[in-house]
Amino acid sequence: MQRLLASLRRDRRAAMIASLVLGVVLAVLPFVVGGALGNSWLRVLDFALLYIMLALGLNIVVGFAGLLDLGYIAFYAVGAYLYALLASPHFGLHLPVWLIIPAGAVLAGIFGVLLGAPTLRLRGDYLAIVTLGFGEIIRIFLNNLNAPVNITNGPQGISGIDPIRMGGISLARPIDFLGITVPSLHAYYYLFLALALLIVFVSIRLEDSRIGRAWVAIREDEIAAKACGINTRNIKLLAFAMGASFGGVAGGLFAGFQAFVSPESFSLMESVMVLCMVVLGGMGHIPGVILGGILLTVLPEFFRHSAGPLQVTLFGKVLLDPEALRMLLFGLALIAVMLYRPAGLWPSGTRRRELGSDAA
Amino acid sequence: MQFSRLSRMTVVLAAALAATACGQKEEPKPQTAAPAPAPAPAPAAKPEVTVRLGHVAPLTGPQSHLGKDNENGARMAIDELNAAALEIGGAKVKFELLAEDDQADPKQGTIVAQKLVDAKVNGVIGHLNSGTTIPASRLYADAGIPQISGSATNPKYTQQGFPTTFRVMANDVQQGKVLGEYAARQLAAKSVAIIDDRSAYGQGLADEFEKAVSAAGARVVTREFTTDKATDFAAILTKIKSKKPDLVFYGGMDAQGGPMVKQLKTLGLKATFLTGDGGCTPEFIKLGGPASEGQYCSLPGVPLDKMPGGADFAGKFTAKHGQIQLYAPYVYDAVMVAADAMKRANSTEPAAYLPAIGKTDYQGVTARIRFDDKGDLQDGSISLYQVREGKWVYVETLGGNPAEAATAAVSEAKEAVKEAAVATGEAARAVGAAAKEAASEGVKAAAGAVKEAAEATKAAVEKK
Amino acid sequence: MDIFLQQIINGLVLGSIYALVALGYTMVYGIMGLINFAHGEVVMLGALVALSVVSVLAGSGLPGVVIALLGLAVAALVCMAVGFTIERIAYRPLRKAPRLAPLITAIGVSIVLQNLAMLVWGRNYHAFPPVLPASQHEILGATITSLQLAIIAIAALMMAALVLLIQRTRLGRAMRATAENPAIAQLMGVDIDRIISFTFVIGSALAAVAGLMVSANYSIAHYYMGFILGLKAFTAAVLGGIGNIAGAMIGGILLGLIESLGAGYIGDLTGGFLGSHYQDVFAFFVLICVLVLRPSGLVGEKLAERA
Repeated sequence: MQRLLASLRRDRRAAMIASLVLGVVLAVLPFVVGGALGNSWLRVLDFALLYIMLALGLNIVVGFAGLLDLGYIAFYAVGAYLYALLASPHFGLHLPVWLIIPAGAVLAGIFGVLLGAPTLRLRGDYLAIVTLGFGEIIRIFLNNLNAPVNITNGPQGISGIDPIRMGGISLARPIDFLGITVPSLHAYYYLFLALALLIVFVSIRLEDSRIGRAWVAIREDEIAAKACGINTRNIKLLAFAMGASFGGVAGGLFAGFQAFVSPESFSLMESVMVLCMVVLGGMGHIPGVILGGILLTVLPEFFRHSAGPLQVTLFGKVLLDPEALRMLLFGLALIAVMLYRPAGLWPSGTRRRELGSDAA
Repeated sequence: MQFSRLSRMTVVLAAALAATACGQKEEPKPQTAAPAPAPAPAPAAKPEVTVRLGHVAPLTGPQSHLGKDNENGARMAIDELNAAALEIGGAKVKFELLAEDDQADPKQGTIVAQKLVDAKVNGVIGHLNSGTTIPASRLYADAGIPQISGSATNPKYTQQGFPTTFRVMANDVQQGKVLGEYAARQLAAKSVAIIDDRSAYGQGLADEFEKAVSAAGARVVTREFTTDKATDFAAILTKIKSKKPDLVFYGGMDAQGGPMVKQLKTLGLKATFLTGDGGCTPEFIKLGGPASEGQYCSLPGVPLDKMPGGADFAGKFTAKHGQIQLYAPYVYDAVMVAADAMKRANSTEPAAYLPAIGKTDYQGVTARIRFDDKGDLQDGSISLYQVREGKWVYVETLGGNPAEAATAAVSEAKEAVKEAAVATGEAARAVGAAAKEAASEGVKAAAGAVKEAAEATKAAVEKK
Repeated sequence: MDIFLQQIINGLVLGSIYALVALGYTMVYGIMGLINFAHGEVVMLGALVALSVVSVLAGSGLPGVVIALLGLAVAALVCMAVGFTIERIAYRPLRKAPRLAPLITAIGVSIVLQNLAMLVWGRNYHAFPPVLPASQHEILGATITSLQLAIIAIAALMMAALVLLIQRTRLGRAMRATAENPAIAQLMGVDIDRIISFTFVIGSALAAVAGLMVSANYSIAHYYMGFILGLKAFTAAVLGGIGNIAGAMIGGILLGLIESLGAGYIGDLTGGFLGSHYQDVFAFFVLICVLVLRPSGLVGEKLAERA
């Protein structure tokens, strides 16, 4: 794999062909998945794309800048609730998507700075618990701001949210496009894919930029970074803001996709899962994080489909409760991956080299 | 070192197990309504259709005990329907339950819903929580699949304008109103403290209770909150104690309600405790201990032992799955309502039997089920219970129409006679001495049913 | 006045429970710099095992305290075995791995333990049999049960015992040496594998005590109870200064007091705008304020920076 990638880097033509193949695969994927495995897998794929966006956002904070964030899902919630409030019968507002999604990104970014500002001095596990607290505070406010003034509709959540519309076409209904009917789930897939690719692109550009290098410098040694003339305060705040804004975009899409938001979607466990995606895939390494996002969304679903039938084939009947077994296998998979790939499934080259020298 | 290698091996094995799971592709199940090869040596060789009903509830996580209970209720209904060997549209019908876990997570709820839509189920029973029911209902509505929930009480569920959403349980508004009036009138509470668990269910019920109890003239002295995962309520109960209310209302589940009532007594609060259906379970008494004595709760519908067939259901369920937790009877009814609509429409196709659900008039084990134009229960009656000597004891039924229970009982009696006649006829048609025996038993059962119905009628009339 | 005193007592009881659980977190952290996220689940196991033993013995006619102690003994053994195994399987191979790797295995262990417990004990809530004396004591109009008094005493006792263990014994010195610098400690003849195993075993025994106390006090146990308890205790440990034994106690008690006073009074102070539904918000808000002013907790030492 590594050699293949290296050769791709050398050979421009091979790289072109590879990206073309990848493009075609991504374009036909929903039809293949939907046709062969059913629409439920396509829906899983849509969620996987949302989680990729989240994981990439968190990767900026945790992977690049090395700031452990356990409350990341709060930004997802901010984006989702902004969409829900501005495009639903709740306030009677129905603003267009192209306005809400960027607004969600900006608002989430502001929340990112709000979180970052008081925590600049904190490191490691102390930062983890403060961000965790921040995530919970946001969720608790969303859950309770239905009185005295009803803003979020409290635990009941907001229902009847407008589906995402692009140029007057609602993605919630099948779309006729040049004689081909594109079903709703497929349309969402393409939209999510486009935004996920955009986020991947921004992530890659950031990683190679001055800012990206500053983040890595802070991750490796904050004092040394400061001594090199990096404004660590601003750079750290920027990491929080950038990471948060990706979460805000994903949140807005989630609200439009589900047409319903309620605080229970933004629990601490969700933050932990996104963190697992980043770490499991390979912290700070964009392809690894994408892999982590896909794997951790698909794996539980996969066990859902196989936990029962697997027992039947092995023992001839269902011995253990399939639902308990599903989560059990998921937990074991988390442990197993980390034991065998402590730096993640697909860590970056530099990271691997560092670890190699460390272990020797 | 040896050990550590061994333990790693175990993990590898587990991973390998997981990997084998990867290798297993699920066998595509036979399509719905496709004539399956009849395994039974039926002499008439009637075609057989499989009707698949989806059931969704959290089977893992904190509410999984209720989820499993719901599933058991549905399973029992399915088993009984299969035992009854129904014929719909000239074909033998075999019911099958696809039970899924949504972990009470809205996202999982839609994924599971999509899985059921893909599987082309004929109907969906569930989900348990409103938070998963509402986003999932859109998917079922788009696919035209009828959905009947036995426990999602958020009014929004049926207000979305989907023709496919039904519920066989009173919603929060209906129940909260009755509870509020009961607290102020029958329990004569002048001042009331309200606690809710900030879940969609608890908050919804508590809000409606607050409105009703204030309208009925009682004063709400304080409104306190906890969470659906909490175990310590000392702080809020101490605050409530300082306000000296006559009654404490809790909108939430038994797992909090039980310990709460216990702590309430420990702190020396004298107030009566009242809670909704979430606390109306044997768990509440188990967890609350002696402190639960004399406290009240409510359940939508009429108590099982007052309903024709109710006691029978309770007996059979307990024998098979253990104690009823909470919503199993409602879910049982939900399945029966779906089957009943299929019978009346003479079709198992969702598009064909969906209109029939709206016209349901079915005598379930929890209530006489008729739907309004939204798919909510019409005049849902609410029953109140009190803990006496460590057991929930029926107190009275409010709301709804008491006379209705009587007419229902009469019509049920007629139904029972008819069924008995059918049974007799069928039995007679069978050959041999065994058939005769069965027939006489059928008659006996019918006689019993008539008697029971008559008693119920009497009880209902007396109450009126 | 009696209401205020009652709230203080409520806070002390709740805080002692947090402190009991937090001790386990903080001890492991102090020695290895690892957040043992699965600790809450070990507490849950302790509670369920103790409850099962007590339920079996409840009708045997033995005195309640003896039954509880027997339950505790079995629970402690099970928890110690589990703690030992967790460390061996999920943490030891990752001692040199990036810092977040053991965090993920801890989450994995947490999920596994929860679902195993669900398979063994089922999905229902279990009530703790009333074997312990439930006598109530009145202090100036406020109420406290003997069990709650015992909880406060046991938490304090455990903390004192741990401090003694770490400061005064040979083993404690080895633990401190390991915490300071594992490589050098090893050179000095400390078997660090053994020391770390030992730390986990003691932490798990503490978890068993906490589990029994929690389920006896609230008379409820459930396979899902570990998560929220672990979260609160972890917060308490950080509030006090994670890695510091006295800090866990102080953090626990402080968190308990904040929660009960917050729930009890903020509603009236803010005219009903913020009520007891913001209880956790106060707790986290105080935590953030404390950490902004003292970035390594109330009594925590300045932390060596870990990448």
